[in-house]
Amino acid sequence: MNKQEALYNYTLRLADDTLIIGHRVSEWCGKGPILEEDIALTNISLDLIGQATLLFEYLAEFNEDGKSSDDIAFIRHANEYKNVLLCEQPNGDFGQTIVRQFLYSSFAQIFYRELMKSKDAKLAAIAEKSLKEVKYHVKHSAEWIIRLGDGTEESHKRVEESIDYLWKYKNELFFTDEVDTLMIAEGIAPDMKEFENEYNTFINHILSEATLEIPTHGWEQKGGRTGVHTEHLGFILAELQYMQRAYPNMEW
Amino acid sequence: MTITKENIWELLEDVKDPEVPVLTIVDLGIVRDVVIDNNQVKIVITPTYSGCPAMKEIESDIQKRFVQEGISHVTIETVLSPAWTTDWLSGNGKKKLKEYGIAPPEDEVDKSVLFAKPTVIPCPICDSKNTKMVSQFGSTACKAHYQCKDCLEPFDYFKCLR
Repeated sequence: MNKQEALYNYTLRLADDTLIIGHRVSEWCGKGPILEEDIALTNISLDLIGQATLLFEYLAEFNEDGKSSDDIAFIRHANEYKNVLLCEQPNGDFGQTIVRQFLYSSFAQIFYRELMKSKDAKLAAIAEKSLKEVKYHVKHSAEWIIRLGDGTEESHKRVEESIDYLWKYKNELFFTDEVDTLMIAEGIAPDMKEFENEYNTFINHILSEATLEIPTHGWEQKGGRTGVHTEHLGFILAELQYMQRAYPNMEW
Repeated sequence: MTITKENIWELLEDVKDPEVPVLTIVDLGIVRDVVIDNNQVKIVITPTYSGCPAMKEIESDIQKRFVQEGISHVTIETVLSPAWTTDWLSGNGKKKLKEYGIAPPEDEVDKSVLFAKPTVIPCPICDSKNTKMVSQFGSTACKAHYQCKDCLEPFDYFKCLR
């Protein structure tokens, strides 16, 4: 794998993470538990899809077979999507969506802060832009974790179950293979292994604050980075790709 | 006619932000540069938020305004870095926002401090400081939702982005 191929793959992973979790959060539009949260989740989703757009537009500049950013974003098979499994997990109840967002955004906040130092000017610029938005996402989700965990017996129980369910997916955020190794060596990507402790310390701090139990099992579920997904991705793609599959090349 | 940079900036002052029409795109601070090279005009803009749905409309509004003046050779370039911050909102822009009923951005506490006392945002209607944040996310990506506890009026706060 040469540097250009690694950069393409590296960027595609980030683009897929933001697109898929952004789409997931957008499913709340019109269904939020209260109006303010409906608006909050929709705005967070707008930020994430916006970040995805910047990344897919960058991918289009690589000009792989003349594909546009929309072609890359929408016309691929499930095993060609490289998002981490966490991003595609279902919304569940409001608490589960918040836990998923908390685990993802807490990572993204550290990640973008480090990616800003990238030798790739475009990725550094996207990171700079995204970081400002992600700070709000972390604050929003962390405050809700505390409110729900330290809330009623029912909210505590539900959010604890969501943590238990999603915990196995969080370590894939730190997945590293030859793509990352090459990008780290080139000074394009941060070595996120160095920040795993910072991430876990932050997560654990918030969970303790929320009086929630921190899972002790170390079971990890991975696969998204290599294109092996949970059954949920196919359903997302069926909805996401419907228009382009039914009416190829349509625009509006 | 020779076009000067001053002419271009004046024309840009006529282009409104589609979501907060009381502000021009110059007030908002999203016009980063104007370059004239051999009668070719290039305008450099930056988005407020990466998912800002108004960017395409702003580009087309800029083009329309220039076409009205018979200037058709305008290119628009979008840059991401340095990323937009509310510090670029002009003093005049802040004044206009308040008059429009939107509280302008205030300096705010570090976002990493959870449950920190939110910054006091004065009510744009009655100037009372007795207000509360209803939600960090308002009617658009750039706004939060507040309510005044004195005049009871709900209002938008143009939130600080740094």
